[in-house]
Amino acid sequence: MAVENSRSLGLTSQEDVVIVRQAVRTAAVEIGLTLVDQTKIVTAASELARNTVVHGGGGTARLEIVRDTTKRGLRLTFEDRGPGIADLDLAMRDGYTTGGGLGLGLGGAKRLSTEFEIESKPGMGTRVTITRWKV
Amino acid sequence: MDRIPILRLGRFLLVTIQVDMHDRLALTLQDDLTEQIVSSRARGVLIDISALDIVDSFIGRMLANIASMARILDAETVVVGMQPSVAITLVELGLSLPGIRTALNVDRGMDLLRASGESEDPTSGSRELT
Repeated sequence: MAVENSRSLGLTSQEDVVIVRQAVRTAAVEIGLTLVDQTKIVTAASELARNTVVHGGGGTARLEIVRDTTKRGLRLTFEDRGPGIADLDLAMRDGYTTGGGLGLGLGGAKRLSTEFEIESKPGMGTRVTITRWKV
Repeated sequence: MDRIPILRLGRFLLVTIQVDMHDRLALTLQDDLTEQIVSSRARGVLIDISALDIVDSFIGRMLANIASMARILDAETVVVGMQPSVAITLVELGLSLPGIRTALNVDRGMDLLRASGESEDPTSGSRELT
């Protein structure tokens, strides 16, 4: 998979979450995602960006336009050096929350993406990568 | 912009969300609306989200909270104008917004609020606010 274009945005405040949402929208339009797919990846990005700020204590969002042999896609990576997640299976489950939210963030973001990857180590931080391909 | 304006129309409160809200702004709206329901003795709240191009779990929770608080304060809430792509995404996200009444547009939402006021209160004239 080749990366055509990459940019990184800082995520430390609620306002940064809005900026990331808007940047993801612009990139999604640029690669020609349908309106529904744009909405899905922007919504997933919103959930993950909020997690980075609220649970990760801040971090970064990387937006990459990627290409494989036949198609283009948008890959987003959210990374923090926060407390990490001890039990990933539990954290992915709908309704499980430690932050007083609805507990839909991670599971919901996974359902809204074509590819989803999460790595986390307690004390080391969390990295979530999602990709939505243009079909 | 640090506040979303709330308009009063007779016995109803109208809110049109026209900005990409950060979380604090959403919480402020929730608090402001709850206070105004009491201070203006409103019987209904209409929230127009037609300008919102996403509703994530935070905004979804805000809408659900507003509807619950309004109900406890004897006011109905109707959310109107959701874009189709937002509705599709919400369901996939896992949010079905239980307990929230919706309508396609402002006109239908107002009809719903007026109708619910009349059916609950056959002597609605006595409750008119002046």
